[in-house]
Amino acid sequence: MAISTATETLNPRTWLYPTPRGLYCEPGDFYIDPAFAVPRAVITHGHGDHARPGHRKALATPETLAIMRTRFQDMPDTEQQALKYGESVKIGEVEVGFAPAGHILGSAQAVLAYKGQRIVVSGDYKRRPDPTCPPFEPVPCDVFITEATFALPVFHHPSDAGEIGKLLRSVATFPERTHLVGVYALGKCQRVIRLLREAGYDKRIWLHGGLMSLCRLYQEHGVDLGDVAPVSEAILETFKGAIVLCPPSAIADRWSRRFAEPIAAVCSGWMNVRARARQRGAELPLIISDHADWPELTQTLKDVGAPKVWVTHGREEALVHYARGIGIDAEALHLAGREEEDS
Amino acid sequence: MQAFARLLDSLSFQPARNAKLRLIETYLRETPDPDRGWALAALTGGLDFSSAKPALLRGFGQEKIGAELFALSYDYVGDLAETLALIWETDPAAGPPPTLGEVVETLQRATRTQTPAILKRWLDALDSTGRWALLKLLTGALRVGVSARLAKQAVANIGEQPVDAVEEVWHGLDAPYRPLFDWLLNGAPRPQSNAGAAFLPAMLANPIDRAELDALDPAHFRAEWKWDGIRVQVAASGGLKRLYSRAGEDVSGAFPDIIEAIDFEGVFDGELLVRRETAVAPFNDLQQRLNRKTVTAKMLKEHPAHVRLYDVLWLEGEDLRGLGFDERRARLEAWIAQKERPRFDLSPLVSFADWAELAAKREEMRADGIEGLMLKRGDSFYVAGRPKGPWFKWKRDPMLADCVMMYAQRGHGKRSSFYSDFTFGCWRDGAEGRELAPVGKAYFGFTDEELRWLDKWVRDHTTNRYGPVREVEQKLVLEIAFDGIARSTRHKSGVAMRFPRINRIRTDKPAAEADTVDNLLRLLS
Repeated sequence: MAISTATETLNPRTWLYPTPRGLYCEPGDFYIDPAFAVPRAVITHGHGDHARPGHRKALATPETLAIMRTRFQDMPDTEQQALKYGESVKIGEVEVGFAPAGHILGSAQAVLAYKGQRIVVSGDYKRRPDPTCPPFEPVPCDVFITEATFALPVFHHPSDAGEIGKLLRSVATFPERTHLVGVYALGKCQRVIRLLREAGYDKRIWLHGGLMSLCRLYQEHGVDLGDVAPVSEAILETFKGAIVLCPPSAIADRWSRRFAEPIAAVCSGWMNVRARARQRGAELPLIISDHADWPELTQTLKDVGAPKVWVTHGREEALVHYARGIGIDAEALHLAGREEEDS
Repeated sequence: MQAFARLLDSLSFQPARNAKLRLIETYLRETPDPDRGWALAALTGGLDFSSAKPALLRGFGQEKIGAELFALSYDYVGDLAETLALIWETDPAAGPPPTLGEVVETLQRATRTQTPAILKRWLDALDSTGRWALLKLLTGALRVGVSARLAKQAVANIGEQPVDAVEEVWHGLDAPYRPLFDWLLNGAPRPQSNAGAAFLPAMLANPIDRAELDALDPAHFRAEWKWDGIRVQVAASGGLKRLYSRAGEDVSGAFPDIIEAIDFEGVFDGELLVRRETAVAPFNDLQQRLNRKTVTAKMLKEHPAHVRLYDVLWLEGEDLRGLGFDERRARLEAWIAQKERPRFDLSPLVSFADWAELAAKREEMRADGIEGLMLKRGDSFYVAGRPKGPWFKWKRDPMLADCVMMYAQRGHGKRSSFYSDFTFGCWRDGAEGRELAPVGKAYFGFTDEELRWLDKWVRDHTTNRYGPVREVEQKLVLEIAFDGIARSTRHKSGVAMRFPRINRIRTDKPAAEADTVDNLLRLLS
């Protein structure tokens, strides 16, 4: 535990606080996952609402920087500084380090130390095993900033294997139809492919063109995706009985007309709630999420043991209520630019 | 229970009929007795527990996670049974989850005070989908978009039998239907059809138009008015009295006035109507009586039900289906003449010499409660299903209105990438000037090519998106054909169309010249 006597006197809100551009660390003069271009940014992971182009300087894990270069045309105008998990660097008066967050490839918690006080900005995270990235590491701290995307007791994400089993059962029941699986391009896509492989599915998996570059990047980082190919390269392929991955928006797009009576499967934590799944037009909802569910969130609060917790983006109210109930000084922290992504 | 839960879960998200059938068939083939039989009973509405009241479920939830978190959870999910299923955690120590048969048989024996403890044990043992299905079963509302008829179709399919063969033996069987599965899958003899007020599968007609009639000899056909009610079967035998919809659904509960009036033995085909004195009330009045489990005395008085008979299938123990229409008609007329029955009367034959005369009569007849003519060959046997040739329906020409497209929604399956469900409106004077009020929704009537055109038009003229719905510019006129119109308090515009479909796309017509709601109201008779 990094709890020092300084905790008594130093109010953490004086050195780390939300601003309209994002969460700002004053003694280090940097922003964490800012919503706009800034002079210096610390980036927890590559999703669009955390990693944005145009910063003068960006500090992130090597994998996150590689993801950003793939998405933002190499980012020639950004001075990039790579920091591996477990290493740290001094920015101004603040020591900055990264610990794995278990969210997607390269995802990190930012560990900030200043005057003997430690704040962990967890970014997005989950606790269950993910074959595409190292697991979340709880870091003891004075203040823990947690996401709250699925912070309601109704969110219990079932086992990945069970959900993939649902998909494979549907493919067996409807062998003449194409299964279109809506996945977020970064992280979810590659994880679902790995999960299919682990379930023994070794046929070619077809991909929407928009998913190709990040899949290649994952493969370069040692994630074995097996036989994958872009739909556009298919010759004499009817896609009957095939599994095709695409961004969720493509299911409704004209692009999907080439397939044989497609069944719309959508992979997301939101699929847990029926009304949400229906709203998204899912015929086969698969509850596969890269975010922590309720048991993981509450377990994490216990694991990091922070006396103060700031809750951001999502259903803050329920988690704040829960944390206070177990004696944690918890409050909601409203950050700019956080969207409900395809979680 | 878990397999049944997975089935309900899949069905609830799958909108396509054929896909639903496939899911049910797969389940029935893979699941042993008696579970599949109980599942079939649940899908056909044959199980009724209602042993879990909302207050009990809410109490369970609050006890589990506290009132505040439960309130936040319920507020987010919006469905009590689903909320409880989601917040409950599976207890690995609770042992194996119950089978569906165990659930049904236990609940049939359990007393009211025993139920909560049993229920908790099951909730601990099941996974979240299992809990959801269990609670849906217990609260008596499956809502997975499966009619009894569809479930029977699925069970018929696994035995490669026509659905009417299942229908004919259905009412003589009880859940969990072992003899049915033995017959369909294991080569056992077909179960006896129950003589006691069993439903006999209905004979249906094919549509026809004026031009096609010329190929037929008018002398072979009899004509009746096609009443704008609900086709029903009145069946009474051995003290049992039943009223069935034409799909075989038992609707006796909603029509005690008809059931009480049955003082005979036989099976009759007829039209259910609401009738005041001698006048047939509009279809809308009949609708007030449908889909109700209980009927108030006021409803019985103000919307009295009546059956207009046009065929007889059994009479006093004798099966008449092998007789020709004319012979059955003679038996029916003789029977009607024996005794006055206020709730039952005879649908008259419409006499004609040739098609031209009949066409003229059809044109003249604009009375409410008639939607065209039925033509039946005089020598036609009563055959289940929709055979080609013996019976035709010659509907009144549809009404037409020019409406403006307002919203579009994507379809499902083959149409999942197409905007194919359209909401359209007519003009009225609103608080801020002339505005469109939605008057209906249509998702067919167009060709594949027109659908592609409509889809592109929607994408090019979208002004707003609400989830799966797109709002479009108010400029495309659709000519809508519909079979009737009635006042409705459920629709913003105050009118509801029957069977609306897109007749033509009127790119030639400016939206401002589309019909007004007042124009539609004038069509109300």
